[in-house]
Amino acid sequence: MQTMTVTDAVSSALAEEMRRDPTVLLMGEGVATKRLPLVEAFGGARVRNTPLAEGIIAGTAAGAAATGLRPVIDLLFAPFLTYAMDEIVNSAGKLRYISGGQFAFPMVVLAQTGAGWGVGAQHNHNVEAWFVHSPGLKVVMPSNPADAKGLLKAAIRDDNPVLFFTDIGLAYADGPVPDGDAVIPLGQAAVLREGGDVTLVSYAKTVHGCVQAAARLAEAGIEAEVIDLRTLKPLDEDAILRSVRKTGRLVVVHEASRMCGVGAEIAALVAEKAFGSLRAPVVRLTGPDAPTPASFPLEQAFVPQAEAIESAARGLVQGR
Amino acid sequence: MTSDTLNPNPLVQALERMVLIRAYEDTLVGLHGQGRAAGTCTSVGQEASAVGVVSALAPEDLILTNHRSAGHLLARGADPGRLMAEVMGKRDGYCKGKSGSLHIASKEIGVVLTSTIVGGELALATGVALSRATLGGEGIVVCFFGDGAACEGRFHESLNLAALWNLPILYVCENNQWQAFVHRKETTLAESVVPQAAALGMDGTSVDGNDVEAVQAAAAEAVAAVRRTRKPFLLETRTYRLRGHFEPDDQSYVDPGELEHWRGRDPIALLRARLERDGRLSAAGADAIAARARAVMEQAVAFAEASPYPGAEDLTSDVYA
Repeated sequence: MQTMTVTDAVSSALAEEMRRDPTVLLMGEGVATKRLPLVEAFGGARVRNTPLAEGIIAGTAAGAAATGLRPVIDLLFAPFLTYAMDEIVNSAGKLRYISGGQFAFPMVVLAQTGAGWGVGAQHNHNVEAWFVHSPGLKVVMPSNPADAKGLLKAAIRDDNPVLFFTDIGLAYADGPVPDGDAVIPLGQAAVLREGGDVTLVSYAKTVHGCVQAAARLAEAGIEAEVIDLRTLKPLDEDAILRSVRKTGRLVVVHEASRMCGVGAEIAALVAEKAFGSLRAPVVRLTGPDAPTPASFPLEQAFVPQAEAIESAARGLVQGR
Repeated sequence: MTSDTLNPNPLVQALERMVLIRAYEDTLVGLHGQGRAAGTCTSVGQEASAVGVVSALAPEDLILTNHRSAGHLLARGADPGRLMAEVMGKRDGYCKGKSGSLHIASKEIGVVLTSTIVGGELALATGVALSRATLGGEGIVVCFFGDGAACEGRFHESLNLAALWNLPILYVCENNQWQAFVHRKETTLAESVVPQAAALGMDGTSVDGNDVEAVQAAAAEAVAAVRRTRKPFLLETRTYRLRGHFEPDDQSYVDPGELEHWRGRDPIALLRARLERDGRLSAAGADAIAARARAVMEQAVAFAEASPYPGAEDLTSDVYA
């Protein structure tokens, strides 16, 4: 077991996968500048700086993926993906289906998002639900270094395009990471804490708010089960339903805005498949329908915090 | 293409392919009029560009194309029956009926990742070429696009990266004067795309796209240059879209004088006249070519119409690998 940040965990996963598979390569704006050890280990042909042109980076990745390589591209910040939507959504996401299965797109798109650095709305926008809504794509958003490493290794080995979002607020947070080839399969949620009174479902940074809330709730005799989705598509429906059938109460928490967000999908899923188990209405705690502000207090106010999660859970359990 | 052996003259073979492409598209226009097939974006008038370029390629080369692809596919040896089946949404189509006419790809003949998003093929071509460059082999990548795509930002991005990374791509801009329903002169002041390549450090040339002999010669030179240098090259074929953007399209927006001018430069008529004038082809020989194409199309239509539609189970197959 080592201690490392999410940023280092990503580098570690890249290094291990590039060593394991010579077809894996890394491209993006500054990847060769910022990840020098990878350049030293694998050379400039496999770690390529690119022009500031997200569309052609993503298109090059899709074309390469369909013809024998396994590219990982770093598009830096999630809002920049808007420049690459055609290549990710129309090409990587659709050309397998459109061609009757002639092509596969084993590629990973890295991007950061989320509150924490005060970078404002054109660098911080949690757009993960856009890609969940697009066929042919998978979406991952880890909450800690160990998951970042294990899930990125799985994403690189996956034969489908994977959007891999890392949370800016977690980038330099340390955490334990297992040694060795610890691959975490896509589509498996993690139960971080077991409890029978209320289920807290989240992903990325707000998972930590859920864990903090669960600890405080325990002090008050309320046992919360905390589920970290880790992968948003494919969604681990079983983990959610199993927990809600046990607790009968659900709070879904994410930083992305509410309408048509991942929380809406989970609420609908539970309404469709576990309605009879519900003892209270589902609660969603999300970011507002607003661009993300740069000002620190406003940025913090954007993100659902532990106090709000605790209060929502307490309200459900106490029937308020 | 069983008729290749009938006349060994390469220009006669080129004519035979061009006539086949025209017959294919005319047949589909007719079927569409009868409600038997979906409307297509035809390449009528652009056959010399497709045949001239594709005939310069080797089997290991890969082609990326767009919605106006019938010429490229048939020049590469696609089966007209399977193409028609695809246009009709049938199971025996090249893409199991899931593409329709707009994005037909056939890995088995080296036509890959067809995108109908204008400029989409430009963004994918660099990646295909990067694979070729990385994984070895002699093959090059040919990317067909129109003057409309050259107005997209991806044109600049793709050429810039290909030049920067020495990617073996032959860019072929089929400058057919029309960008959907808008004339090229309404969208750009540039008369040619070639200077844009030069600005990015890439060689390029422009050729009469309705003269298959000229296209073949320019393409052969360009392909040899890309193969030798492993660097990209831009070839512009100046041609004309004789039919509308898609079927049906009454072309009421087209200047009649301009259309008449280009009809007078129909690449098939030009080639046939030249071959007959030079004594390389008799009138009877030319008629036989046309008859063979008609017979191939009759078989193709029968094949496509007999092919079953995909089943309900195919609705969600091939979404994920």
